[in-house]
Amino acid sequence: MAQDHIVKSFDEELEKLNNVIAQMGGLAEAQLAESIEALVRRDGDMAALVAAGDKQIDALERKVESLAVRLLVLRQPVAADLRSVLAALKISGLLERIGDYAKNVAKRTIALSQMPPMEPTHTVARMAGVVQEMIKNVLDAYIARDAEKADDVRRRDVEVDALNTSLFRELLTYMMEDSKKITACTHLLFVAKNIERMGDHATNIAESVHYLVRGENPEDERLKNDTSSLTVMDDNIPEQE
Amino acid sequence: METVPGRTWAAGTVPHAVATAGAAVAMAGLVSGGLMDPLASLALLALLVAGYLWDWSARRVAGTAGGARSAEESSASVPLTVFDALPDPVILIGKGREVQAANLSARELFDPKMVGADLAMSLRHPEVLSCVDAVLNGQPAKRSQIALPVPVRRSFEVHAVGLADAKTAAPRVVLVLHDMTLATHAQQMRADFIANASHELRSPLAALVGFIETLKGPARDDAAARDHFLDIMQSEAERMSRLIGDLLSLTRVEVNEHVQPREPVDLGTLLCTVAEVLSGQARARNMEIRVSVPETLPAVAGDADQLSQVFQNLVDNAVKYGREGSAVEIEAIEIERIPESGVRGVAVAVRDRGEGIPAEHIPRLTERFYRIDKARSRSVGGTGLGLAIVKHIVNRHRGRLKVDSVVGRGSVFTVYLRTAQRSGSK
Ligand SMILES: Nc1ncnc2c1ncn2[C@@H]1O[C@H](COP(=O)(O)OP(=O)(O)OP(=O)(O)O)[C@@H](O)[C@H]1O
Ligand SMILES: [Mg+2]
Repeated sequence: MAQDHIVKSFDEELEKLNNVIAQMGGLAEAQLAESIEALVRRDGDMAALVAAGDKQIDALERKVESLAVRLLVLRQPVAADLRSVLAALKISGLLERIGDYAKNVAKRTIALSQMPPMEPTHTVARMAGVVQEMIKNVLDAYIARDAEKADDVRRRDVEVDALNTSLFRELLTYMMEDSKKITACTHLLFVAKNIERMGDHATNIAESVHYLVRGENPEDERLKNDTSSLTVMDDNIPEQE
Repeated sequence: METVPGRTWAAGTVPHAVATAGAAVAMAGLVSGGLMDPLASLALLALLVAGYLWDWSARRVAGTAGGARSAEESSASVPLTVFDALPDPVILIGKGREVQAANLSARELFDPKMVGADLAMSLRHPEVLSCVDAVLNGQPAKRSQIALPVPVRRSFEVHAVGLADAKTAAPRVVLVLHDMTLATHAQQMRADFIANASHELRSPLAALVGFIETLKGPARDDAAARDHFLDIMQSEAERMSRLIGDLLSLTRVEVNEHVQPREPVDLGTLLCTVAEVLSGQARARNMEIRVSVPETLPAVAGDADQLSQVFQNLVDNAVKYGREGSAVEIEAIEIERIPESGVRGVAVAVRDRGEGIPAEHIPRLTERFYRIDKARSRSVGGTGLGLAIVKHIVNRHRGRLKVDSVVGRGSVFTVYLRTAQRSGSK
């Protein structure tokens, strides 16, 4: 009976911790969405609001820390319970970083909004769209404790990298065409870098979720070359040639 | 509209019949008026919530009010209660911000298992949480606007309304998200359409004008040049009309992208028809289109015309960019889970053996007008909108498009679609 009570109460506190993480995630998502909207609309005021909004995420991270430390000290959880608390701590740290990157994007946006519009901004927004989906899905995966969904998020990182490469080339062409665009292009390059880092952090969160659910680190090789449908095609090729 | 007048429904004494009538009026209003006046919508909501609370107090066994049932029922598309018949998501929230009940639309949009947990677990947008928190802290009502960017951009007007005089365990806040997607984005889509059309039509039009000038001037009496120019002019004009047609169909898809189509579609028949339609084109390049669909393939949820368009565009590309004399394969299989959404579905792969696509181009192919080799695509009559249309249709179906390619070997475009819900069963 007493045992039951303690267990229940641990779960309740863990639930509280998860609620704060979800809330942090919501803020990080909104910060990213708004920084990109400001970028596309060249809205410096909106960007300034995003830059200022970062403090809320920081405050929530401190809340997660104090809740987690309390849980660790008072309950001394082991095994799966310990993993849950550690994952929460790690994920909140990563979300805070994502918030920081959104703030950086917003700051660059303030500068960019003073410069003439740039076509490659749309590619940046596209890249951000993929990262937004990754962040949404990884938060959903965390909340639902869904390791497969988390693995799907890790698979999308290649897409972000490919977009980044393509954007880099696009920006280089722009800079070579017109040296007056170099400053704006440089800002956009850094914006893209920040977005790419957010994608990396979404991937890191996905690894934490996988570890949290499965109790072991994900195997990497299988994910990196996921060309399952191509293998099927290759099998068929000899018959053709 | 910060304070809502006449909160008399909260006591839960309005008979169910009134609420049902309310729902009927609400539906009619939505259909005829397009968008409801917020005041009217709140008044209707009042009736509905009253009806719901009536229901709710009658069946107040822990967890049964839309909770235990929801997982099962969210998969059925038949609205089961008045509450579920409402097109907008409606959520009832208790004093600890826990979700006490959520209608079908809310469960479908956010999380089928949202009942019982903190609202943040299913709907974590900071603006929504701050509205709800404000009302929980005593404010009578709060309104705001939010945009949810993924998977399909949607905008909502958020109404959080406090329920006073309720029993301790009863809901404290009614949260309604009024869908504003059409109203907010229609303008943008029109603007995009005009910008795209005028930009893309500029160069073919300039070419036409140039040819006309030449025909009226230096080439006036040159019969051979005249025929030649007229041929070019004809193909440019045809391209312009294709472009307008493609842009229109893209806009049509975009306008409804937030509305997921759910008719059961038999892909076997559909894919065979697509292969037939394009067989002439394939034969011209000495190619063959093979279709492989298992007998047992379940129907998918969708819009048959739009799905035809998806596969026509993909197979058209495979034929256009595949090697002459090679085969194009269309293969459909049933799968346990669609990547990311995790639901059951069908995967349709369209494979070609062609030059393949370099990796850094892959995520950009679905951008409108994006072409790897502009001249080549133009020479085969492309507008560069095919894959953009595919992407938007697949999004509308809440499916996924995956592109794998190996340079020098070929490409596979895989479309994942959700299985149709059989009404009645389960
Ligand atoms: N199967 C494929 N193999 C190689 N490249 C492809 C393939 N499918 C598409 N592409 C590339 O992607 C680009 C965009 O394709 P998309 O279908 O959107 O436009 P399009 O074929 O050029 O014109 P259309 O509007 O007539 O379809 C193409 O121009 C081509 O470069
Ligand atoms: Mg095409």
